[in-house]
Amino acid sequence: MKPVVMAGAGMIPFERRDDDTLIDMLAEAGLRAMDDAGLGDQPVDAVYVGNMASGLFNHQVSVASALVDKLSLYPAAAERIENGPASGGSAIKHGYQAIASGMADVVLVVGGEKMREVIGPRATDVVACMAQPEAEYIYGVSLPALAGMFARLYMKAYGITPEHLAQVAIKNHANGLLNPYAHIRARVTLEGILTHPDSKVGNPIVADPLRLYDCCPVSDGAAAVLLTTPEIAKKLSAKPAITVAGIGQATDTHALHERADPTDLKAVTIAAQKAFEMAGCKPADVDVAELHDAFTILEIAESEHAGFFKKGEGAKALAAGETQIGGKLPINPSGGLKARGHPVGATGVAQAVELVWQLRGEAGERQVKNAQTGFSLNFGGFGNNVVALVLRREK
Amino acid sequence: MRIDMELEAYLRPPDAPMPLYPAKVITLVTGGKMVVRQVFREDVPKLLPAVRPTLDIPRDYYDVVGARLYAELLAWQRYRYRDVFCIIGQVDGLLVGIVNSRMYSPQVGISLHTLAIERGLRVGAHLFAAKMEHHIEYLGQDEVLITAESPIGFRRWMIEYGLELREGQHELGGAAPYGLTREMYFDAKHRLVAGQRPVPPDLMEVAEREIIVASEQDIIEKILGARREIP
Repeated sequence: MKPVVMAGAGMIPFERRDDDTLIDMLAEAGLRAMDDAGLGDQPVDAVYVGNMASGLFNHQVSVASALVDKLSLYPAAAERIENGPASGGSAIKHGYQAIASGMADVVLVVGGEKMREVIGPRATDVVACMAQPEAEYIYGVSLPALAGMFARLYMKAYGITPEHLAQVAIKNHANGLLNPYAHIRARVTLEGILTHPDSKVGNPIVADPLRLYDCCPVSDGAAAVLLTTPEIAKKLSAKPAITVAGIGQATDTHALHERADPTDLKAVTIAAQKAFEMAGCKPADVDVAELHDAFTILEIAESEHAGFFKKGEGAKALAAGETQIGGKLPINPSGGLKARGHPVGATGVAQAVELVWQLRGEAGERQVKNAQTGFSLNFGGFGNNVVALVLRREK
Repeated sequence: MRIDMELEAYLRPPDAPMPLYPAKVITLVTGGKMVVRQVFREDVPKLLPAVRPTLDIPRDYYDVVGARLYAELLAWQRYRYRDVFCIIGQVDGLLVGIVNSRMYSPQVGISLHTLAIERGLRVGAHLFAAKMEHHIEYLGQDEVLITAESPIGFRRWMIEYGLELREGQHELGGAAPYGLTREMYFDAKHRLVAGQRPVPPDLMEVAEREIIVASEQDIIEKILGARREIP
């Protein structure tokens, strides 16, 4: 297979974007990635759009074709890739395959979702469509409900406390303040979200034991990367191209209760192992990680299942400050889904964009020093289809 | 301006005696301490500059709410609105939100407007709850009639409190009124009403010393979401 690099990366601020259509957002992010790569007149061979539910959120499908039209990228091949909240990660994987196989030289991967077009309960329902229909959705399960049940089991099994969950939110909101693209830009405190009596009103229970600030916001947004070969990247721009060193993907049972141990996120473990194996490195080699903290408990659980910490040790590392910027392994310097936001189809690509900036040394105030290897984990469904990515800045 | 007091006596509505709202302090998710306190006619000139910038913000009906609130405050200040009360939220003296309301009768209250200048911290929700607290617990009313201009307001008030649709029209125009009864208020109180009393003297002193109003640009950015310098 040919080596593949990310030659360009770009995104738009995640927020509520009333004035933009989904296609406007995809186009703006795509243009930023192409400009960042210095693409100029070089043709794009294929466009992959990671998007979960434009038909339900925006009453529009065939969004990849619409994006090609908006950007006049014809006759580029164009497809929308759907893998729930891991749609972005899957779109990157397909872009990688197109370049690595020799089918394409230049691929634009864009992830985006416009979720705020519908009211909150409707957005929750659309996202819940990814749950198992006969065993979960029909009984009213939402993603926060699944996460709440998972959190309760995980906390009991590994001694995780509400303070640990709050520490994830506090860390990621502090990081989000350093990220001009983040949706939620407010510092939160342990007193404000957990220990003070008023926190019961200001940070109400959403799905016990998860409170409002344990859950990611509902956001609009888009992010894009431009994939190509190292040779073409070198001709386009003097910026360091970031190598796609490893990609892993794995699946698990659709319904959470069918897993022998519902606290065991096997697909996370396998996807991460595959990505590390392909990259020829191990978790200890990673300098910065972007994990899928749609719920605070997931950052802790994923940090363990991806191999960064032993089971039961993730919360301790968090409490010891190891996952802060400046710590041993900074996790979610972007603010993560928790603060940057989670426009579902955009998230996997936004994680890659953050890693590209970190590995190039372009992450501003949230820069992780001397970052050479980055890892991202995009969690589809409730851990039933996971995409992991290892990116590397070559020396 | 000279006032013809004889004519003014006809124009100026009499105010019913209304117990005062006791100030409280609410700890926000940021850890910030929001002093929630009643303000009076003489405070209106300090509030109006905070409302005026919203007139040009169509998002979430801030323009409609702002225009109506501006008129209500002005009419109250100049004795053309009866039985009104106004409660504000301040963090370190900075004005972060305003609510107003009035007594329609001794038994029935009319909720007027809720303007959150600081967004995303449930400032609006906390202040709306304070206004309901005043109607039910301190003014001793049986029911408050409420309507909403924005979908966010509808979700906050009608859905979170489980309000009941009432017949007729709300005082704010053709909008449908919803009712919050004493029973509904006390059912919701534990999950929607926050705050402690008394306010520590140092916090109260800062709040009363000055109502600090952010600049027009800051208010617009707080409401719309700060425009950021994107590299």
